[in-house]
Amino acid sequence: MAISRGLSGRMIDRSAVVGARYMSSWWRSVQPAPKDPILGVTEAFMADPNPDKVNVGVGAYRDDNGKPVVLECVREAERRVAGNLNMEYLPMGGSVKMVEETLKLAYGENSELIKDRRIAAVQALSGTGACRLFADFQKRFCPNSQIYIPVPTWSNHHNIWRDAHVPQKTYHYYHPESRGLDFAAMIDDIKNAPNGSFFLLHPCAHNPTGVDPTEEQWREISHHIKVKGHFPFFDMAYQGFASGDPERDAKSIRIFLEDGHHIGIAQSYAKNMGLYGQRVGCLSVLCEDEKQAVAVKSQLQQLARPMYSNPPVHGALIVSIILGDPDLKKLWLKEVKIMADRIIGMRTALRGNLEKLGSPLSWQHITNQIGMFCYSGLTPEQVDRLTNEFHIYMTRNGRISMAGVTTGNVEYLANAIHQVSKSG
Amino acid sequence: MASSVLSLASAGPSASLSSNGIEKGKLNLGNCFKKEKTNLFLKTKSVGRISMVVASDVSRFEGITMAPPDPILGVSEAFKADNHELKLNLGVGAYRTEELQPYVLDVVKKADKLLLEKGENREYLPIEGLAAFNKVTAELLFGADNPVIKQQRVATVQGLSGTGSLRLAAALIERYFPGAKVLISSPTWGNHKNIFNDARVPWSEYRYYDPKTVGLDFEGMIADIKEAPEGSFILLHGCAHNPTGIDPTPEQWETIADVIQEKNHIPFFDIAYQGFASGSLDTDAASVRMFVARGMEVIAAQSYSKNLGLYAERIGAINVVCSSSDDAARVKSQLKRIARPMYSNPPVHGARIVASVVGDAALFKEWNAEMEMMAGRIMNVRQKLFDSLSSKDKSGKDWSFVLRQIGMFSFTGLNKAQCDNMTNKWHVYMTKDGRISLAGLSLAKCEYLADAIIDSYHNVS
Repeated sequence: MAISRGLSGRMIDRSAVVGARYMSSWWRSVQPAPKDPILGVTEAFMADPNPDKVNVGVGAYRDDNGKPVVLECVREAERRVAGNLNMEYLPMGGSVKMVEETLKLAYGENSELIKDRRIAAVQALSGTGACRLFADFQKRFCPNSQIYIPVPTWSNHHNIWRDAHVPQKTYHYYHPESRGLDFAAMIDDIKNAPNGSFFLLHPCAHNPTGVDPTEEQWREISHHIKVKGHFPFFDMAYQGFASGDPERDAKSIRIFLEDGHHIGIAQSYAKNMGLYGQRVGCLSVLCEDEKQAVAVKSQLQQLARPMYSNPPVHGALIVSIILGDPDLKKLWLKEVKIMADRIIGMRTALRGNLEKLGSPLSWQHITNQIGMFCYSGLTPEQVDRLTNEFHIYMTRNGRISMAGVTTGNVEYLANAIHQVSKSG
Repeated sequence: MASSVLSLASAGPSASLSSNGIEKGKLNLGNCFKKEKTNLFLKTKSVGRISMVVASDVSRFEGITMAPPDPILGVSEAFKADNHELKLNLGVGAYRTEELQPYVLDVVKKADKLLLEKGENREYLPIEGLAAFNKVTAELLFGADNPVIKQQRVATVQGLSGTGSLRLAAALIERYFPGAKVLISSPTWGNHKNIFNDARVPWSEYRYYDPKTVGLDFEGMIADIKEAPEGSFILLHGCAHNPTGIDPTPEQWETIADVIQEKNHIPFFDIAYQGFASGSLDTDAASVRMFVARGMEVIAAQSYSKNLGLYAERIGAINVVCSSSDDAARVKSQLKRIARPMYSNPPVHGARIVASVVGDAALFKEWNAEMEMMAGRIMNVRQKLFDSLSSKDKSGKDWSFVLRQIGMFSFTGLNKAQCDNMTNKWHVYMTKDGRISLAGLSLAKCEYLADAIIDSYHNVS
């Protein structure tokens, strides 16, 4: 239709003013993006009509009925928030109260560092947003630095530092033969990296392997990182989910703090408070003194302003209310332990079932590993068979989200794994 | 005569310019390099069995300086610190009632209650956001019966309010149109430049505000758009231009569209005030709809911060109107790829509220009424301010621009020194570009404000 009515109601012959290219699309050269390897799994799962289907893909906690969980402490906090509807912009650094409470979780309830105001911290868009802010900050203020990322890691880590234009290197982490930690190689990589490199560390419940260093190993890692003057950046997405005790899960970070490192931490409430969709988290950077912390915080805000201006309030309110109320906090701790215990229970059950089926392989790693994920050791081809033949959905690296395993499906899952792996 | 200011996207950290052109955030890169040469072995200590050689506590962030306060958000902070009883905050564009209180819309309260009762889970949204929200937001902007929607030619992705949606589009431009420029109005919302700078998209300005008429420099605008290299992105305010409040007339919009088509530019709309300009959601979308009706491919960023008062929930959307549904699907997939390493998926709460309000006929009708009320209050305030200025100012100056301008803001034409006088003498807080937010003005305060403006205009240079 070349004739149309414009705003002023006049009949205008569009074709008269058309430029040569106007009919051709600007977006012709845009290719379809590959499906996200993790979130794409859930999409495929949702599309599957099979009644026996099992989703052990994305790391979102499920109860024993396979249902998403809203924590009681969160429900109570929501009720209290519902009355308070003033939705004015948060300051650029986010909710001060939420950030304060969040720092206590990571650095310690009575941390001197918090008292001395040495930590630059801002509310961030969950763990992803915290990592991205840090990556952008790293690029802006240490433009010649690179980030060392463990192999394997959460796939989005690579995307984050890539989009922040920070060059990436990797360090050894997972040892396939033992399904454990390749400690010697990891230490070598730390030693061989140029002084002052940035190292991305999972402080607990490594994603995707579930393989964590022991306390002794953490001390050695800290030592070697200190010797080389590297910058340790912790992505803590599962505090509370590893052992069931948030204090214990922060041990690695506390070791580094004792050793005097100036660290950065990304924290997320997606899993441990079940606030996935609310996008609540925190980025903190430990500085030399209060003055520097103020400056660094202002620069973090400066990076956030052209990305989203200020962070969303709702989830932050929930977190503040829960952590600020001793009874609610106690309830939260209890609920976190329940979630972690259920997962530990499922690990035992899955391993037990596989052994009962007479699997020729060793499944010890299922109970050795910790947190939401189990790195099964299955190959991509075996994973494809699990999906195609048994309607079991997981990422092709063989990562099983134990949170998706229930007493109802653990036998089915064990049998399927046994079927695809029994020939070796 | 082109007065456009060319500004290159900063490839590195130190080159980004603040809105007044001053280099900010000077860096000391030294510490990042120091590690190579510095002797870090300053002391040893024994910890258990391991004897540790401990590096010194040299911080790599030593050289980091304080970032300048945000020119807009910083105003509210200064206002808070002022104890004067007559103080007036006309800084940030957040709607206030006649009593100068924040306003939570009734429809939002209702929607929030419904959500609480439903007790839905808080699972991750898909990367592109809540499907129900994406559907209603596109319909709200383009009209539910618009062919582009029926033909599935719009790629819609939920974004973090206007800022986040603009940023997604900026990143898309950088990735698929490397070197292409965005033209932004002079002046424009201060954060536009930051967004394109951080996204590494070059930008330049087109003339917009004419200080002589306190109106639109239409000829300058058209000339600058014509002069831009073919295939530039032209950032347009769909309605209620921020900061000036000056919108093109319908005829002028047609001419703007003509020129954009001639030069094969892409129109890129920022719609942060749909409903707030005229009071009618449909009327305020007319400019965007006209471009789309011409068959043009259009980018449009939306925000629900002001019109639904959902400021802190960060809810908005980026829409890309394409020539085919296939193009739209591919574009959407690439927008998702940009969002994933930024925040993975957007926050759910605001999306659910908007989907409830816009998706429910009764709530939507109520919203329309509240929108009219809010926009109506601002129009009344404009009238009262104009009346006060006209009656108090004996100089014969024409203050009618107050009535011609539209939306939350008014560009007073005051210069920086005059604005300082507004603040220092009269305790009226506004941004230094002369912008006042009428959303923060009550009928009761119009006369006081008129006095302040008249004094600043005539007695300060």
